[in-house]
Amino acid sequence: MIEAGSLSASIDGAILIGAVLAEAIILYGVYGVVEDVLGQRVVNRLRNT
Amino acid sequence: MCSASASSTDSGTHNMELLGLSMAMVGLFVGFGLLIGVLFGFFGMGGSFLVTPALLVMGYPTRVAVGSGLAFVFGTSVIATLKHRDLGQVDYKLGLLMIVGTTAGIEVGKQTVVYLEALGLAGSIISVTYVFLLGGIGAFVTYEAVKGDSDGGIDHDAAEAAADADDIPDIAKTIQSYNVPPMISLRGGVTVSLWMILGVAFATGLLSGFLGVGGGFIRMPALFYLIGVPVPIAVGTDLFEIVFSGGLGSFLYALDGGVDLSIVVPLLAGSAFGARIGSAATSIVNEDDIKVYFGLMLLGGALAVAVREIGKVYEMPILNRVSLVLILGSALLVSGAVVYSSITALREESRTASPAVE
Repeated sequence: MIEAGSLSASIDGAILIGAVLAEAIILYGVYGVVEDVLGQRVVNRLRNT
Repeated sequence: MCSASASSTDSGTHNMELLGLSMAMVGLFVGFGLLIGVLFGFFGMGGSFLVTPALLVMGYPTRVAVGSGLAFVFGTSVIATLKHRDLGQVDYKLGLLMIVGTTAGIEVGKQTVVYLEALGLAGSIISVTYVFLLGGIGAFVTYEAVKGDSDGGIDHDAAEAAADADDIPDIAKTIQSYNVPPMISLRGGVTVSLWMILGVAFATGLLSGFLGVGGGFIRMPALFYLIGVPVPIAVGTDLFEIVFSGGLGSFLYALDGGVDLSIVVPLLAGSAFGARIGSAATSIVNEDDIKVYFGLMLLGGALAVAVREIGKVYEMPILNRVSLVLILGSALLVSGAVVYSSITALREESRTASPAVE
């Protein structure tokens, strides 16, 4: 039988790791947009300096 | 209370705080994350290897340092894997097979540690093995790269194209020649026996479990030198595997309250950007350069671990700090070299392309 305490700890742990995963995916998306907007400009700049 | 938390709390009444940390600490974590992200995206390793010792020296308890380090590695590996996936550098089939073999190997490695602990020999044997393994792989990879004659960058389409026979290491050619069914086709035009993949995965997992490390520094070269997949795919597939091992490890630590989001969130904010730079750089920088940097980083790590162990034996705590400086110094140098090489390669490419355009 699963104890209430361990179930609660598991849920808390899963929420914490879910938060890290969510942050990673959001950052991936946000930095992706930044890369799409500015990436080529930065690369061109680096090539020509 | 740990020193890092204490400093942030003391200054809290006067300075701005974010997640209970002073802005200076947040800035430090974001910068540190950026540095690690470049290395992680470029090599598929370097997370817990760098973060955990740094957090320990900053005064965080071991459980929090290891748990938060693992959670950070998990987040960064998700970002770096997504980026490598965009570049077509993740072999999911190979990654899943590696997870199966590695998991079994880790369990056997852990049992070996338990046995050695009962004999009272675990600490010294693990430390010596760690130093020789890091140093040995570092020296081997550096030597192979320095004597290599590859002169081009890495093709973005390398994942689909067949690997050049000259680029496949001799050991990998031998392993690929064992025709024990079922044979598995991998990205990069590589065909190898399922049992060989599971064997390599088991061996790397065994070392990983024995040494108590994530194992990226063992798995990435193993995928290239033993199985023969091209380096960018080895990095991408290694990262894919770390998503699972890091996720499970951080979940287990989170159950005991070992994951501190005030550490993970700013570190991840920096590493997410760094991982993009590092992952993109694998497609620009010469493959032999990648190996040289990887080898030098491991040699720096081996020296740092050796210094730390000498400090323990002779009870000289200062050597623990020297060890951290060595690790961070080599990480800073190598990530700087990655960025510098990428810029140089872009300019070189531009110069070569210019006459044709004119």
